[in-house]
Amino acid sequence: MSEKTREYPETPGRVYFFGTCLIDLFYPEAGLAGIELIRREGVEVVFPQGQTCCGQPAWNSGYRDQARQVARAQLDCFQDPLAVVVPSGSCAGMMRHHYPQLFQGDADQARAIELSGRVFELTEFLVQVLHIQLQDLGPPTRVALHTSCAARREMGVASDHLQLLQQLGNVELVEPERKEECCGFGGTFAIKHPDISAVMVHDKAAAIRDTGAEQLVSGDCGCLMNIHGHLQHQGAGLAAEHIASFLWERTHGAD
Amino acid sequence: MALTKAEFGQGVRSALDDPQIRQNFRSAMDGLIRKRLSAFPDPDKLERLRLEAAEIRAKALSRLPDLLQQLEHNCTRNGIQVHWAETVEEANQIVLGIMQRHGATRMIKGKSMVSEEMGLNHFLEQHGIECLESDLGEFIIQLVGEAPSHIIAPAIHKNRFQVAEIFRDKFPDIPYTDDIEQLTRNAREILRRKFHDAPVGLSGVNFAVAETGTLCLVENEGNGRMCTTIPPVHIAVTGIEKVVERLSDVPPLLDILVGSATGQPITTYFNMISSPRRPGEQDGPEEVHLVLLDNGRSRIYQDEELIATLRCIRCGACMNHCPVYTRIGGHAYTSTIPGPIGSILEPQKKGLDQLGVLPTASTLCGACGAVCPVRIPIPQLLNRLRFEGVSKQSGKVPGAGSQRKRSEAAAWALWSWVHSHPALYRLATSMAGRLRGLLPNRIGAWTRVRTAPRLAARSLHQLMAREQKRS
Repeated sequence: MSEKTREYPETPGRVYFFGTCLIDLFYPEAGLAGIELIRREGVEVVFPQGQTCCGQPAWNSGYRDQARQVARAQLDCFQDPLAVVVPSGSCAGMMRHHYPQLFQGDADQARAIELSGRVFELTEFLVQVLHIQLQDLGPPTRVALHTSCAARREMGVASDHLQLLQQLGNVELVEPERKEECCGFGGTFAIKHPDISAVMVHDKAAAIRDTGAEQLVSGDCGCLMNIHGHLQHQGAGLAAEHIASFLWERTHGAD
Repeated sequence: MALTKAEFGQGVRSALDDPQIRQNFRSAMDGLIRKRLSAFPDPDKLERLRLEAAEIRAKALSRLPDLLQQLEHNCTRNGIQVHWAETVEEANQIVLGIMQRHGATRMIKGKSMVSEEMGLNHFLEQHGIECLESDLGEFIIQLVGEAPSHIIAPAIHKNRFQVAEIFRDKFPDIPYTDDIEQLTRNAREILRRKFHDAPVGLSGVNFAVAETGTLCLVENEGNGRMCTTIPPVHIAVTGIEKVVERLSDVPPLLDILVGSATGQPITTYFNMISSPRRPGEQDGPEEVHLVLLDNGRSRIYQDEELIATLRCIRCGACMNHCPVYTRIGGHAYTSTIPGPIGSILEPQKKGLDQLGVLPTASTLCGACGAVCPVRIPIPQLLNRLRFEGVSKQSGKVPGAGSQRKRSEAAAWALWSWVHSHPALYRLATSMAGRLRGLLPNRIGAWTRVRTAPRLAARSLHQLMAREQKRS
């Protein structure tokens, strides 16, 4: 489902930022960092206060009416014809690939399709639309990247994650074994099938620790919450950050 | 019998608690993933082949009734006797009838997942007929009375030492060995005599070609050829979805099936069965029967989204790449076909009231859909079946709505109400942020292996509102 063929627009003057509910509540600094990264490229960022959640939790649980009701609130919120930048492969995938299906046969179908066409995952937007050039101001460090399943397989932006990290001169990027394998989060899966999820996150955390990385970076907060939560539970002193926070901290300098 | 969430959880735990099972699956699946990758070194070429294969299968399914009639016509013309079975009971009766007509009390079997679906061995044994599995993996698990744990590698949950133990136990006269080649040699020795004596051989079918009435059988051990040529009667059992339109459809399907399944360029044996022994021919069965089983497939056929399930060519790649299957193995699913494809196919056949838990046993990571050689959108269909499971509208899937729980539905209704009223959402989240010190550090199963996520003091909404005020 990766989108090698997507055509990207010229750098716009203004964009919407959809913060996602996980970032809103648990990782707001990642949202701020994403916004700052875009602004630094001379693009104005609009953060509508009416935004809430993309609706994915209900969609993946089979509660389509409830998902649609929440998704409709986002259609109302992001009406202007601006790109919608989303700092999550999973939420971006929901809006870009599942909204058209969620609204099939609905009065808002056309609006849903229109919105889905201007949804971009954050790293995709930074690389493919803004052609961002980063200068690493941070100290040398060893970093493991975990790319979410939705970022990799649904949005096809794994290479954009990589491209950004590779621009950082002092960052040694290490590759965990089975890097393409799911971390076991899966939204409500972690609650519905906790035993399987526990084994999966255990294996994922072990693979990351085995790289000798000092830091874990991911473009999705669901995976971060899962993997970092497990690492902390094990008492591993490995830092974990959203890729937006990591990029911003290493490149913005003292101001 | 319905598989409850608790029962599924029990099967999962017993698999997870068995380090041998986990290690056997992990190393076997890793091997199969590597082999597939080496079979398709050029990703663009693979994508083209997947597109072609998906189109062939989709096109065949779009004309399923026509093609089945054509298949019947051409098989009959070739001398193959065609039987239709709507249910597994009917299919079993048809096979039993053929056995009884020949006074046969023994059957030798090649690998067939449809015969597993029918519970054929058990059924025939109840009627005094001995069934012997001749596929090496099936032979091994039959010795210990287990079901296949993988569709192409049924004994994959056993390693060679476990197999050696089984042989020692069941064949005390044969000297112990844990050498794979010698074990295979021993099995071959035992089976060779059985092939010779069996009055009836049974096989599955990989592709049934409508235009020529040809049954194609893909295998590596030669046991399939033995089963279909040595006994005087050959019975092929298959699902109605296995039909393809033309002979020229077979090579691309064979390429992608074999590469996806085992990473081979081609299997050691590829059989094309087009008729019983003709006058003057030296060998081959005197009778060939084809049993075409529906068992819910024609219902799946009627749904324009779910019909994609029937494209499956049974390569097993989705299970090889599934992070859940890799952890829990095939038996935990309890269904004939395990893994991602089983989790969409089996609940549609048996009903969501029976197997509704299976579509939830996935993280929707998308690995299955990404490798499926016929591009079945497995994650999308898992999502659809979750919807059917909790839906109040009567769906096209049997047992729709059976997974709906009042408490869960109420929770989603509340969630939806809060998240579709932005002012309410902001109020709720800002209160949660203020009260975060009161939130529990332990939240159910999550914190058994993870620390609790910590709410931020101020949400992104609040931080951005404050920024706007300042400027």
